[in-house]
Amino acid sequence: MSREEVEGAGANPGAELGTGLGPRLGRSPARQRLHRAKELLIETVIRVCGVSAVIFVFGIFYFVFREAAPLLFGGLDLGELLTSGEWYPDSDNPRYGAFALIAGTLAVTLLAMLIAVPLGLGAAIFVSEFSRGRTREILKIVIELLAAIPSVVWGFIGLVIMNPLIIDLFDTPVGLNVLNGAILLALMSVPIIVSIGEDALKAVPDTYREAAEAMGATRWQVTWRVLLPAARNGLLAAVLLGVGRAVGETMAVLMATGHSVNVPDSPLDSVRTITATIASELGETAQGSDHYRVLFVLGSLLFLITFLVNLTADLVIRGFKRR
Amino acid sequence: MGVFATSATARRRHRTQKLAFVVLLGVTVLLILPVLAILGMLVYRGAPALSLEFLFSEPVRGMTAGGIWPAIVGTMWLVGVSLAISAPIGVLAAVYLNEYAGDTWYTRVIHLAIVNLAGVPSIVHALFGVGAFVLFFEFGTSILSASLTLAIMTLPVIIASTKESLSAVPMSFREACWNVGATRWQTIRHVVLPNSIAGILTGVILQVSRAAGETAPIIFTGAAVFVPFLPSSVNDQTMALSMHLFTLSTQVQNVPQEITYGTALVLVGLVVLINGVSIVIRSRIRRRRKW
Repeated sequence: MSREEVEGAGANPGAELGTGLGPRLGRSPARQRLHRAKELLIETVIRVCGVSAVIFVFGIFYFVFREAAPLLFGGLDLGELLTSGEWYPDSDNPRYGAFALIAGTLAVTLLAMLIAVPLGLGAAIFVSEFSRGRTREILKIVIELLAAIPSVVWGFIGLVIMNPLIIDLFDTPVGLNVLNGAILLALMSVPIIVSIGEDALKAVPDTYREAAEAMGATRWQVTWRVLLPAARNGLLAAVLLGVGRAVGETMAVLMATGHSVNVPDSPLDSVRTITATIASELGETAQGSDHYRVLFVLGSLLFLITFLVNLTADLVIRGFKRR
Repeated sequence: MGVFATSATARRRHRTQKLAFVVLLGVTVLLILPVLAILGMLVYRGAPALSLEFLFSEPVRGMTAGGIWPAIVGTMWLVGVSLAISAPIGVLAAVYLNEYAGDTWYTRVIHLAIVNLAGVPSIVHALFGVGAFVLFFEFGTSILSASLTLAIMTLPVIIASTKESLSAVPMSFREACWNVGATRWQTIRHVVLPNSIAGILTGVILQVSRAAGETAPIIFTGAAVFVPFLPSSVNDQTMALSMHLFTLSTQVQNVPQEITYGTALVLVGLVVLINGVSIVIRSRIRRRRKW
């Protein structure tokens, strides 16, 4: 676009006067050209913003991978990283075995989902099918507040409230463990399960409900026999998004799972997740060192995991929308 | 048996129905109770620490005394700058998706990217911020780097809620405008956006609340444990409320309990207050909407 057109576009009074009434009759051809130029400029900006999300996702992968690449293609034993439990990045003979970190992440996520899935889906069903009017509005607001509590506050709660509680209840020396982190993660991922699950139930046409009720089914029978099968895919997607959230959560698990590199045997063992390891060690490493780069390798791994989980969830949702 | 007498099956169905209701209600209450308990606990333990002096003075004696003013100011900087970046991009992206794009593979890719952007772990956003803004673009650890990272992380929030409010504007509004000869952009600028401004505002407010609470993305990109002065430009490092809470509860010994609780209460209070505003705005729009 020429400089003249850009200047003209900025000084075009017609657009202001027109207040949405468009190019008028009798306007000179030059004016109309300016007008079209302005429109084109704005449309270009909008189109660029439109693809910004794609650019950013690629950007994230590119820049994280860029820091990881020199190590990944220069001597890191990927097999050792994924299967060895020896995480000694600071020793004279550094070993980068992230198996314990992966196991920690899996343990916390799994236990969190065991708690969050029944709670989340139950609450989604209650909000969508068993409540109405004001009650429903209030429930939704409280669940939204649950989602709004920052993860560092959850971590703080894990430290000062859950920790002594778990020590008392289970008579263990340390309350910062898989169980503590899993309870926090469950509460953190429940809102997303509820809101996506509720959307899925809402997407089932009312005619299904009416048909079932007309045959004399109770509300529960309608839900169990008609709605849950019909909304199956959406509910699955809700669970997947909850898993994605739990795997990637950082501050809460950093503060509440006890910070010890360890393959857990029981929910009362302390662990350290992939995310917590990156968060706690990145600040102490020299930029460009192997330790620094291995953290970026772990970051790339996390990115790929959550990318796959989200992609699957999206495909599943698309499946049920098309049907 | 009479026509209106209840059969055994009917009674059993009724019992199951009641049981299901009670169980589901119990599950929901089980979710709500922790929220209330946590908020109550924070207020109970944190409120005694709150005072004008706590809010408006600096931490002293290795952060074991004094207030949290630099952290509050820092959070405002981070939120303000990230908002200035993500709001225009997010709103225009939503305009593109709702007003320009059709249902093509291309649009689907964009949707997928937005979902993924929302799903990328916060610590990966942090690594991205370090790799891209701190190192590659050489912004250093600064408010600018941290805010850019926050902006990209919270972009999906603005896009999603803007898009929702844009799609709530009836098609007939646009058609009426096109019919008097307005161009696409004129229609958007003078009809679509003014009619969805409240919804856009809700998204912006949610972005603010999200950005204010995030910790992981700012630790390595611009937030510092302690900075003895208030930031004066986007090139400075800064303290932040979320980071301060993390520092107080894990990095510093012998912090009096009420200071940590007070900090947590201020952070949660801020976030809940901001969310409350967005909830009020949203319910107002719903009530006032005429179409």
